[in-house]
Amino acid sequence: MNAMPKLDRRSFLVGTATAGLSLGFNIPFLNSTSAQGAPEINAWVVIKSDDTVIIRIARSEMGQGTLTGLAQMVAEELECDWSKVTTEYPTPGQSVARKNPWGDFGTGGSRGIRTSHDYVRKGGAAARMMLIAAAAGEWKVPASECSAANSVITHKASNRTTTYGKVAAGAAQVEPPADVPLKDPKDWKLIGKSVKRLDTLDKTTGKMMYGADVRLPGMMYAAIKQCPVFGDKVKSFDAAKVASMKGVQKVVQVGDSAVAVVADSWWRAKTALDAMPIVWDNGPNAKVSSESIGKWLKEGLDAEQAFVNNKNGDVKAGLASAAKTVVQDYAYPYQNHACMEPLNATAVYTADKCEVWCGTQHGQAAFAAVLEASGLPASKVEVYKMMLGGGFGRRGRSDYVTQAVLIAKQMPGTPVKLLWSREEDMQHCSYHPITQCRMSAGLDDKGNLTSLHVRLSGQSILTALRPEALVNGMDPATFAGLSPTGEAAIGYSVPNLLVDHSMRNPHVPPGFWRGVNVNQNAIYLESFMDELAKEAGVDPLEFRRRLMAKYPKHLGVLNAVANGIGWDKPAPAGVHRGIAQFMGYGSYVAAAAEVSVTGNKVKIHRLVAATDPGYAVNPGQIERQIAGSFVYGLSALFMGECTVKDGAIEQSNFDNYDSMRIAQMPKVECIVMPSGGFWGGVGEPTICVAPPAVLNAISAATGKRYRTFPLKNHGLTMA
Amino acid sequence: MINLTINGKSHSVDVEPDTPLLWVIRDTIGMTGTKYGCGIAQCGACTVHIDGQAVRSCGMTVSDAAGKKITTIEGLADNGVLTKVQKAWVELDVPQCGYCQSGMIMAVSALLKEKPKPTDADINEAITNICRCGSFQQVRAAIHAAANA
Repeated sequence: MNAMPKLDRRSFLVGTATAGLSLGFNIPFLNSTSAQGAPEINAWVVIKSDDTVIIRIARSEMGQGTLTGLAQMVAEELECDWSKVTTEYPTPGQSVARKNPWGDFGTGGSRGIRTSHDYVRKGGAAARMMLIAAAAGEWKVPASECSAANSVITHKASNRTTTYGKVAAGAAQVEPPADVPLKDPKDWKLIGKSVKRLDTLDKTTGKMMYGADVRLPGMMYAAIKQCPVFGDKVKSFDAAKVASMKGVQKVVQVGDSAVAVVADSWWRAKTALDAMPIVWDNGPNAKVSSESIGKWLKEGLDAEQAFVNNKNGDVKAGLASAAKTVVQDYAYPYQNHACMEPLNATAVYTADKCEVWCGTQHGQAAFAAVLEASGLPASKVEVYKMMLGGGFGRRGRSDYVTQAVLIAKQMPGTPVKLLWSREEDMQHCSYHPITQCRMSAGLDDKGNLTSLHVRLSGQSILTALRPEALVNGMDPATFAGLSPTGEAAIGYSVPNLLVDHSMRNPHVPPGFWRGVNVNQNAIYLESFMDELAKEAGVDPLEFRRRLMAKYPKHLGVLNAVANGIGWDKPAPAGVHRGIAQFMGYGSYVAAAAEVSVTGNKVKIHRLVAATDPGYAVNPGQIERQIAGSFVYGLSALFMGECTVKDGAIEQSNFDNYDSMRIAQMPKVECIVMPSGGFWGGVGEPTICVAPPAVLNAISAATGKRYRTFPLKNHGLTMA
Repeated sequence: MINLTINGKSHSVDVEPDTPLLWVIRDTIGMTGTKYGCGIAQCGACTVHIDGQAVRSCGMTVSDAAGKKITTIEGLADNGVLTKVQKAWVELDVPQCGYCQSGMIMAVSALLKEKPKPTDADINEAITNICRCGSFQQVRAAIHAAANA
C-alpha cells in the first residue's frame, strides 16, 4: 500500500518548469500560475521582466488549435514578439473571484474564436495601450508619439526604445483605456498566418499532462461501473467479496446509478470491480432495443404533429401538382465520441476545500458540478483544466467530474483519480442523436425542384441537455443546415418548402457530437439532391447551381470544390465523383470526392474541401481541422454505430466500434477561402460534407444508393 | 518483486505478475507519457518498444516484460535532443489533441528502424494506431520527412 504523505502544495509540482510553454509542464494548484509574481497588464496579458508574454486563454484546447488561434488574436493587437508568447488557463475559481473577466469558458459549437474574437483582441489592444502609456510616462512624452512593434516601444523623435518587459510593472498601474480601437483586418500581421501551434513539443515527448496523467501525493485510483440501462439504478453490490483484494481501499456507491472501487492502482481497482457482484434495479427502459426505437422513429415520418422550422409556399399543393414526385427515407444511428482519452477526473475533498483536475470543454460547468457535488461554497472550490485527449462534445458534460467528487467525498483528504474504462466510456456516452428522415420532392416538367418536404423524426439534444433553449417545445438545433436563415441556413431556393420535426426522445442520452446535427442533415439533403438530379436527368452540380442564385457564399464553396476536383473534366478510369455543400456554425463548406469501388471495398482517393469561415485566423490549422474532421465523419459513415439491446448499448470497445486508420486516409486537399465580414467556425462545419460527397461518388460508381448507416451494415468497407 | 529495465533504468515493482505492463509504467512507476486508450491492444496509444520492437503495453503482462529492454516515449529523446521522428513531428505540427501521439511516435520509430525509407504501403501496413482527431495526413508526411532527414 502506498504511504499517505501529508498534502504539501509544493510537492504537487512535477516535471520541469522551463522557459517556453507553460501549459502542461506542471500540475497547477490553488493560487499559483506560471505568471507568479509577474505584472498582469490586464486579465488577458501578463508580461515578465524577461519579455515573456503570457496570454490567458479561457477556452479549452482539445486538439482543435483554439489555444494557438486565440493567442494569435491577442498578440495581433498587443504587438508583441510572437516567439516569446506562452499561454495559461485562468481557473474557473479565479473567474468567479474576479467577476468573470474572461467571459465564457465553454468550448463547443465551434465557438472558441468566433464568439470571443472581439473581446480577446480588445484585451491585447488595451494591454498595448497601457504599455505604451507607461513608457511614454517614463519618457515624459505624449503616448501618441510612441509606437509598439515586436514587444519594443519606440519614441521616434527622441530615438528612444524600451521593451514590454521593462515597462510591464508600470503598465500594470496604468488606468485601463475606455476606448479601445481595433485594427482594420487588412492590417493584420499575425491573424491569417499559419504559425505553428504552441502546444506541440510536449505532445511529442510524453510530457503533456492530460487529465488521466494527474498524480498527487497519496493519490488513490477509482474504477467505476454505471448501470448499463440508462436511467436505472443500483440495487445492491457485494463489497465484502472484494474488500480484501490486494490494494483495495474502499467500495463506494456513486449517486443512484454507479458503484466504484478505490484502490492503490487503477488496475487493482478495475480488477476488483470486475470481480464484484452488482445487481441493478431495472425498469421499463430495459425493454428498449434498436428495433423498438427504429419503429417509433419511423412512425414519426408520418406523424401529424411536428415542429415547423422552415416553411414557404405550399408543399402539399406543390407535391400534388408536380410533374414527378420522389420520396425516400433515410436513417442515421447513435454514435459514440470515443475520445482517445477515456473520461476521468481527479478530486480531493476536505470539509473546507474541494479541488478537481480534469480535461473539460467547459471549465465553468465543471466548476458548477463541483460546487453542487461537494456542497461547498465557490470560495472553497477550484477546478484546474488539464489538456484534453479529445473532446468532440463529450467533455462539455460534467458527469465524470461530479462522480469524482462524490467518490472523493467518501474518502476526505485522499486525492482520488477516477478513470473510466474504455468499456464504460463506450456505454455511457451522450450519443450522437438518432434520427430518421423522409425526403419528399416535386419536380416540374423541366426537372426543376419546385417542392421539398424534409420530415425529420427523432431525438432532440436540447431537450435532454439544455431545455431552456427550446422554443415553445421545438429544438431549433435539430434543423442545423436546413434553417431559413442564421449560422446553419439552407443554401437552396425551393418555391414550396417545409422542414419539420417529429420529436421522439428515447431513453438513450443524446449529446453534442462533433458537427452535431449537420452530420445527418447534410447526408439527408445532399444525398437526396443527387437522387433528384438523377431523376431529373441533370448533372448533380448543375442541378444544385440552379437553386443557388440567392446563396452566393454556399455557391462559392461548391464551385471551388468542383473546380478543385476537375468536375468539368473526366475522372481517371474507374474513378467516380460526388459533390456536396452545406452550412454550419457560420461557415460555408463543400467537398468533392473521387472514389473507386471494387466489390464491397470503397477506396477514397481524393477529397477536395472548401470552407469560407469569413476570417481564417490560422489557415494551416484550419487545413488540419478539415482533414481531421473528415476522418471523424468518414469513420462514422462507414463504421460508427451504437446499437441498443435490453436498454443498454451493445458496443464496448474499438473492436466493435471501429475507427479509420492511416491506410484508409484519402488525400485531402483544402481550399480555405475566407471572404471576410463574418466569423464562422472551423472545428466542426466541414465534417458534414465528406460523407455525402463520398456517398454520391459511391452511387455514381455503383448505381446503388445507401440510405441507412453506417455503411458496414451494407457490407461496405473502406479500402 | 519484478525487475524491469525502462529507458536504461532498473525498477523493482511489487505487483501481480499478470498486471498489464501499461499500468505498471503509468501508475506504479509514474511515467505517464504512455497512454491508455482501449486496454485490448486495438488503438496503439500504449505502444512502447520491447527489445526494439513496437509492442502494445496494455496487452503484455509485466512478468513477460521482465528482463527485457523497455523504451517508452520519455526514453526517445537523448538528454533533451529530439529524435528525427520527434523533430519531424514538431516541424510538421502533427499532433492535434496529442493523446495518441506517444504511441504513434513509438510505432513509427520502430518502423523506421526496420525500414529506414518506408513506402506508403509499408506505412499502411505497420501503422495501425487510432487517432480520433484524424492527424493521419500529417503523420504520413512526417514519417517521410523523418525518413529523409
